[in-house]
Amino acid sequence: MRESIVMKVHYGTALGSVVLVAVHILFRLTMDFSESLQYENVVANYQFIPYAILLELVLILLSVHGFNGLRVILLELKQGRSYEKAVTYGCLAAMAGLIAYGSKTILMTSMGMT
Amino acid sequence: MSEAKQIAEEKSTNEPISSAKTITLRIAKFNPKHDSGAEFANFKVPYERWTTVLDAILDVKKHLDHSVAVRYSCRQASCGSCGMKINGRPRLACFTKISELNSDVITVEPMNNFPIVRDLVVNFERLFATHKKMQPFIIREDSEITSDTKEFLQTPEEHEKYIQFANCIKCGLCNSACPTMATDSSFMGPQALTQAYRYVADNRDKGKDKRLKIIDDSHGIWRCHFAGSCSQVCPKGVDPAMGIQLLRGYLLGFRK
Amino acid sequence: MKQNENNEGIKGMANPGRYGIERVAYWLMRITGLGLLAYFIGHVYETSSILNGKEAWNSMLELTQTTEGHIFLTLVIGMCVFHTANGIRVMLGHGGIGVGKPARPDYPYVPASQNTMHKLCIYASIGLAALAMMYGLSVLFGE
Repeated sequence: MRESIVMKVHYGTALGSVVLVAVHILFRLTMDFSESLQYENVVANYQFIPYAILLELVLILLSVHGFNGLRVILLELKQGRSYEKAVTYGCLAAMAGLIAYGSKTILMTSMGMT
Repeated sequence: MSEAKQIAEEKSTNEPISSAKTITLRIAKFNPKHDSGAEFANFKVPYERWTTVLDAILDVKKHLDHSVAVRYSCRQASCGSCGMKINGRPRLACFTKISELNSDVITVEPMNNFPIVRDLVVNFERLFATHKKMQPFIIREDSEITSDTKEFLQTPEEHEKYIQFANCIKCGLCNSACPTMATDSSFMGPQALTQAYRYVADNRDKGKDKRLKIIDDSHGIWRCHFAGSCSQVCPKGVDPAMGIQLLRGYLLGFRK
Repeated sequence: MKQNENNEGIKGMANPGRYGIERVAYWLMRITGLGLLAYFIGHVYETSSILNGKEAWNSMLELTQTTEGHIFLTLVIGMCVFHTANGIRVMLGHGGIGVGKPARPDYPYVPASQNTMHKLCIYASIGLAALAMMYGLSVLFGE
């Protein structure tokens, strides 16, 4: 994939994350902060489908943005064909792993499988 | 006679002709062929209000240590030969006055991010190679001027779009200051990228797509993060950071 | 013999001094980015405890809803706000917006891209981060 496409995705995920994370944080301020973290309220949030979709989107956007950023930093630190391949695929794997792990939490909680 | 003597005495006490000030010049001495690392040699050098760092180095070379290796030529910030790190910041030695550094100790070292040849002299091969990679010449099909003389007309406004970036003297200070180049040897560097923009912005040039393809690389324009250090150190007002961001605008679709 | 590359290395990348506030902003952007990524991974892991029921969730809260946890979260808030605000400035700059117009340079060659607007935006990002941290502290410790 051309680097310009990757960086456009990086910028796009950044802008998307800003909006969605702001909404995510505001949800915690709809009531007292410590109250909003109570088990029942959190589960109720997950079971509200639009919020679950928002969480899933935040997870994907932030994972892509964060791990691409890490890939850029690691590529700048050292160069070499095998190292660069390892960094790229490593970051992709970590990204996929985190998305899978987080999606499992969102899916199972929203379906009431806690 | 006594009146003239009186005036001479007054002038000699109130307006000294020579300041007779000295600074300590620390020069990094390193020969990669037989030294394991750089060592600093200290020299006490007299200076005046107008003495440049290059003057001081040549003073040392003339009177104190003939072996100091330094590259210089025009002594007027035109050739870009005397780039070095002076008190931690890349500068042209001929363009930096000792008095403006406000320090009793002046440390001169070779520019970072360039292989050292000896002492203050660095190898410019990579800078020139990357610069050549940008195809730094006007690209167009009809560049041969036939007998029916053809001018490439350019208005003052069109000229203004790129002339600033044509001022580059290839001194390498920008590459030395760049935080990406500190760790990424494959990065093209602000000098080459700015020269790519110099030609892309020139309305006589038709090679924009070719150059955009060259810089669209994982160690190309995208490894610039707009830290701006290149523009801070450029001695000719080229402002490489501006050129690179304007060039990136083409890839991002902000400019056509 | 391999030529000594004479790269400054991480020391050069990590040194925010010598080149003005823009270099400090670059350095802060890197640090906050890495910090936020580390927090994000930890956050995804800690919130997965909800799958193990109320007990597990409450023990997780006992770990995180402490004074240290709140201070840490306040730092995260600051990092997030700075990274976002400065990121928007950098993104616009990357598109060539706000970097000035090319012109014939005149001595003393002040670079147009290092203009007051960008410096103000950097200071504003730092200021916004500080404000957000203060608000965060008031929410977290104000109950």
